[in-house]
Amino acid sequence: MGIDLPLIWAVIILFGIMMYVVMDGFDLGIGILFPFVPDKEDRDVMMNTVAPVWDGNETWLVLGGAGLLAAFPLAYAVILSAFYLPLILMLIGLIFRGVAFEFRFKARMGKRRWWDMAFIGGSVTATFFQGVTLGAFLNGLRVVDGNFAGGSFDWVSPFSMFTGLALLAAYALLGATWLIMKTEGELQVRMRSLARPLVWVMLAVIAALSAWTPLAHGAIAQRWFSLPNLLYFSPVPLLVLLVVWRLLREVPGEGHASPFVLTLCLLFLGYTGLGISLWPNVIPPDITIWQAAGPAQSLGFALVGALMIIPIILMYTAWSYWVFRGKVRHGDGYH
Amino acid sequence: MDSILLARIQFGFTISFHIIFPALTIGLASYLAVLEGLWLRTQRKVYIDLYQFWIKVFAVAFGMGVVSGLVMAYQFGTNWSNFSRFAGGVTGPLLAYEVLTAFFLEAGFLGVMLFGRDRVGPGLHFVSTLAVAVGTLVSATWILASNSWMHTPQGHEIIDGRVVPVDWLRVIFNPSFPYRLTHTVVASYIATALMVAGAAAWHLLRGRDNTRVRTMLSMAMWMLLVAAPIQALIGDQHGLNTLEHQPAKLAAIEGHWEHGKDGEGVPLILFGLPDMAAETTRFAVEIPRAGSLLLTHSWDGKIPALKDFAPADRPNSTVVFWTFRVMVGLGMLMIALAAWGLMLRRRHRLFAHRGFLRFAVLLSPAGLVAILAGWFTTEIGRQPWIVYGLMRTVDGASPQHSAAQVGFTLAMFVVVYFVVFGAGTAYGLRIIAKGPSSDEGDLPAQGGPGEPRHPMRPLSAAREGVDADGDLAAPEVK
Repeated sequence: MGIDLPLIWAVIILFGIMMYVVMDGFDLGIGILFPFVPDKEDRDVMMNTVAPVWDGNETWLVLGGAGLLAAFPLAYAVILSAFYLPLILMLIGLIFRGVAFEFRFKARMGKRRWWDMAFIGGSVTATFFQGVTLGAFLNGLRVVDGNFAGGSFDWVSPFSMFTGLALLAAYALLGATWLIMKTEGELQVRMRSLARPLVWVMLAVIAALSAWTPLAHGAIAQRWFSLPNLLYFSPVPLLVLLVVWRLLREVPGEGHASPFVLTLCLLFLGYTGLGISLWPNVIPPDITIWQAAGPAQSLGFALVGALMIIPIILMYTAWSYWVFRGKVRHGDGYH
Repeated sequence: MDSILLARIQFGFTISFHIIFPALTIGLASYLAVLEGLWLRTQRKVYIDLYQFWIKVFAVAFGMGVVSGLVMAYQFGTNWSNFSRFAGGVTGPLLAYEVLTAFFLEAGFLGVMLFGRDRVGPGLHFVSTLAVAVGTLVSATWILASNSWMHTPQGHEIIDGRVVPVDWLRVIFNPSFPYRLTHTVVASYIATALMVAGAAAWHLLRGRDNTRVRTMLSMAMWMLLVAAPIQALIGDQHGLNTLEHQPAKLAAIEGHWEHGKDGEGVPLILFGLPDMAAETTRFAVEIPRAGSLLLTHSWDGKIPALKDFAPADRPNSTVVFWTFRVMVGLGMLMIALAAWGLMLRRRHRLFAHRGFLRFAVLLSPAGLVAILAGWFTTEIGRQPWIVYGLMRTVDGASPQHSAAQVGFTLAMFVVVYFVVFGAGTAYGLRIIAKGPSSDEGDLPAQGGPGEPRHPMRPLSAAREGVDADGDLAAPEVK
């Protein structure tokens, strides 16, 4: 046959996770930023900037889960059972966030505060535990006979707590720069002043991660710092510095869309860095995508449907963003 | 309680909440297609009013289904990792197709259906409604193929300790699949008809008598009159299929412990209390030979008895005996309601007989309860197997979770689900309680991709506020 099905599926799932981070990151960020914006009208505007495109979480998260089960049952089984508690807390956070989002629009003023709190709580919980899961995933999973052989609380570590907080900062920055792009006036000014310290926090986070990960994991250090890899991969950290430098200039300056685009670049670079550290393992430290892949008959069968339908979802998404381009103002979306 | 039992309860709890919404979505989508078809043919305003009214309830059910479905995509891995690793080759792609179908609908026809009535021609809009109706059925087909395979697996080989699909057609069209699919789809139609009938009866009892409410009740009663008896026939066939492929489940449902003498036939136990420890059914009220008659269509035919199976291979008869009877009992009440409705219709008293209307209100959740009871029967009846004959449930669970952990997450799910889906259900009921207004069909249905209202957020298609006096405060409407 000659087609490397596990490789194709790995690309699809990596793409799906990236889409998820890009499309749900900023609306989770808006929930994280909510406590800093007490004004009701401003909150309405913030919500309205994501209402028309708020769908990233459901689509790509469910697709990611089902795709992982279809293509890499071993990875699905090991990863999901190893990160049982953080994943369930993340799901519950997302449910709360999603339903609060809908009902906030439909609720009377008095009850709105409750839905606001559910929205904040859900966004923060979901983001933090996504970050924790990421950190614990990087730490690696001990697998014996196809089962996770670690303890129930192995995911709790200083490193995973750090990545949890780091993701909160990352999504908050994404949310703030998204709002710089989609709003104007006082709210935009407020977001510019919030985004500036967040850029510095992000720089510190990336620096800490870049030092901590290779220090803790010899294999990852080996991959990055041996020649000639060092030369191949050196554009990643250099580009990070360049992007941060531009961000620091654009955030307080005149740029409207540029801070958001630059933050996306920053996340993409971070994601690439993680990819370089882990490839081709789907369960770090040592189970590859080929070892974890399901039967070829399963991967091939599911691929047909994925290749037909994912482009349609992407076209729909692009269309949504196109229709929704431009600024959102106070009173938009009202009678 | 051990962690396996808690994990089973957790799965049962989350899927029970979930299935209510897709069941209504399937039924309502077809109902909406019929309404729009009638509107196009007759141009009677009542049909488009009802269409615009029920589409709101449909949108709420769809939205709730998507949210509760999110958890299901992860439950298999978090709690049933060994099962996923073993059977993921079959269940994974089928689940992926179900998910892809749902998202295909959201990204395509659902948007036109919910928001496009002023933008596309009536023909194209009708096609979209039809496509959504068919799409919900396709979605059900995928997930029921996966579930049926777990009951009657075939078309696979076991290589290196995991399932490898060798013939997808045989995997999908496994022996119990056609029965389960038709039984489930017809159940969705009946549950929807009962909900619509109950809503209409509730309004009539409050003196809100108008063409819209009458049309609702009339259509729902016709549907019930056709579907409820058919469902009894399908259920009978499904039972025979179970007798052939899962005899232990059938024996447990019947509370039938041991074979009698030759030629004596098997009695039908109407009521009783199967006792797993004492290996008998206490307080049994039986009809001689009726069991043989029903299941073998002969006077003295034999059916498998629970004692034919080792104690470790027996499903819990105490539970499935009763869940089955709840389902069948409700089904009989539904047939009675349909017959009563027909009688009253011929006497022109369908919309006026208060006793009948109260009965209809009482039965309005009966379809959903029967669906849950039926699923409890078939799933608990599959035990102790997770994949019948291939893998035991105890071997399918994630081995490392403690009972405390699973209990903790279960408690969280219970609290969160009651809050979240309680709010959603209350909202849906509020829409129903408002009833269809006379200008329902005139309201423009604005929205679409990139608009504040859009199909990936199906809930946004309903404009009502969530609070009793909240309609005016609902600010999002453009």
